Amino acid sequence: MSVTLALVVGGLTSVGVYLITSRSLTRLLLGFALLGHAAVLALLAAGGEAGERPISGDAPVAELSDPLPQAFALTAIVISFGLTLFLLALARRQAQLTGDDLVEDDLEDRRIALETEAEGDDA
Amino acid sequence: MTALVGLLVVVPMLAAAVGFVAGERQWVRDILTVGSLAGATAIAGILLAHVESEGTVVLRVGDWDPELGIVLVVDLMAALVLLVAMATILVVQLFAIGQRRTAWGADPQLSGPLLLVLTSGVVLAFLTGDLFTLFVAFELILVSSYVLLTHQGRRGQIRSGMTYVAMNLFASTLFLVGLAIVYASTGTVNLALLAERIPELDDPLRWGIGLWFLVVFGTKAAIFPLFSWLPDSYPTAPTTITAVFAGLLTKVGVYVLIRFHVLTGMDDLGPLILTLAGLTMVIGVAGALAQDDVKRILSFHIISQIGYMLMGLGLFTLAGIAGAIVFLVHHIPVKTVLFLVGGLIEEREGTSALDKIGGLAQRQPLLAVLFALPALSLAGIPPFSGFVAKLALVDAGIEKVVVPIVVIALANSVLTLVSMVKIWTGVFWGSGDDESATPIRILRPGHRLMVGATAVALIASLAIAASFGPLWDLGERAAADLLDSRAYIEAVVS
Repeated sequence: MSVTLALVVGGLTSVGVYLITSRSLTRLLLGFALLGHAAVLALLAAGGEAGERPISGDAPVAELSDPLPQAFALTAIVISFGLTLFLLALARRQAQLTGDDLVEDDLEDRRIALETEAEGDDA
Repeated sequence: MTALVGLLVVVPMLAAAVGFVAGERQWVRDILTVGSLAGATAIAGILLAHVESEGTVVLRVGDWDPELGIVLVVDLMAALVLLVAMATILVVQLFAIGQRRTAWGADPQLSGPLLLVLTSGVVLAFLTGDLFTLFVAFELILVSSYVLLTHQGRRGQIRSGMTYVAMNLFASTLFLVGLAIVYASTGTVNLALLAERIPELDDPLRWGIGLWFLVVFGTKAAIFPLFSWLPDSYPTAPTTITAVFAGLLTKVGVYVLIRFHVLTGMDDLGPLILTLAGLTMVIGVAGALAQDDVKRILSFHIISQIGYMLMGLGLFTLAGIAGAIVFLVHHIPVKTVLFLVGGLIEEREGTSALDKIGGLAQRQPLLAVLFALPALSLAGIPPFSGFVAKLALVDAGIEKVVVPIVVIALANSVLTLVSMVKIWTGVFWGSGDDESATPIRILRPGHRLMVGATAVALIASLAIAASFGPLWDLGERAAADLLDSRAYIEAVVS
């Protein structure tokens, strides 16, 4: 059970990390969605073996699954849902401004780097 | 007292909710934001006085057992930093009200309520007694900061906002996985219980947890090499937003770094943290020297100053941690004032690029004073608060005989001064081309409020220098409480 979970978490994480290194915001967004899933599964795995329904009171305490990580996971899902929407809004704004959804270079950094290079050439 | 603790989190949140729906009625929002922030400052003051004399205040939300429920803990360190943070946000909000009608100001319909959401997140991050609530607090802070940073939708903001969001989102995801690791290995996320259980774990696991959270909190605190998002994004936001971010956000990261790593006894990480502290100082100040825009120079200085607080933590001695706490208290108002002055310069001149401004000292002597005093404090010139705070840290470093970091800290002070002089000569000296011929604009009432708010924050930072003796005592007691985690554990669990 938990080996499967560990493998899934690992797989989701590696694909997610690959995607968020991309310049395209849509890929970035998908990457974060996958990473979020990986984190939620990791939380679930942290709760130990799955057992009977907790809280409802129809099984002895020793056989219940741990409800606390499930509560964490739910909270995390809600938060990542909101953030995904925000990233989508950013990507849309970027597309409005530049016609695509690629992250641009930092112009100020570029300018200072070019100036320094030019000074180096003079010397 | 416990009721007051709850109010601190709830009141800004409720005021924000009303503020969002207040629509065109700006006066409602002004009363709500200023009122709730002033209230929060007052409560923080009362709490500090109470905690100082009576000891730690603990609120168990919903009266749950600490192992299951949320606890809010006000110990000396929390109360101290909380008071400074609340007062700073209040001052910035006053500045924002003055700045409202200008091109550089943030959209008041959004920024006021969002600032309150951010405040509530900051309070929660300072007070929370468990790691998961800390995660939620971080998300509150970050989500409101994402929107504050990008809500004007300008091109530069969207571009740098991307980096900011991506970096912080990644750190948040790491935080979640870190929570899973901690829960799986100890069965709790409560800080007090973790302070008991983490030191008992096997070395590899303990190191893993320590390093993992060093990366998570280090990204929020912008330590080397995780700082790249900061100098890029901060200068693009409206002044008031940058001032709050500069004064508070990275400091929340440092605060939790100190709290978590000291409480869970991560002394072994000391040398690593000291190395990172040195690199953070050097890289930050080197970046600042290369820039030629007021806001960008100041942004790089945030990073180099983070190095000092990290240095105090890395020493893991009473004097070191007390020094880090006191430096935190000194740094919040000073950095905020500098950014507010940067905003005033931008307001006055239409730009913050050094080569386009000049001769402001003649035309705006008050502005020059407002900049010069905190700048000298930042560089650590006596008799300002920066001097005493740095002296305390250097003293702590010498006491533990860690020569390299002390040398770097001192050299870094000189370099900080150099780049402050660069701003000074660029902005305040010189003829200002032919612009000096133009008559000084008559101060609008809003402008007076902006200058007034900046001056109040400056006076507060001077007061910190003047009352350094008592402050140091408080810092030392707070550090002692952290280092000897028994007091914290007892207050929370029993």
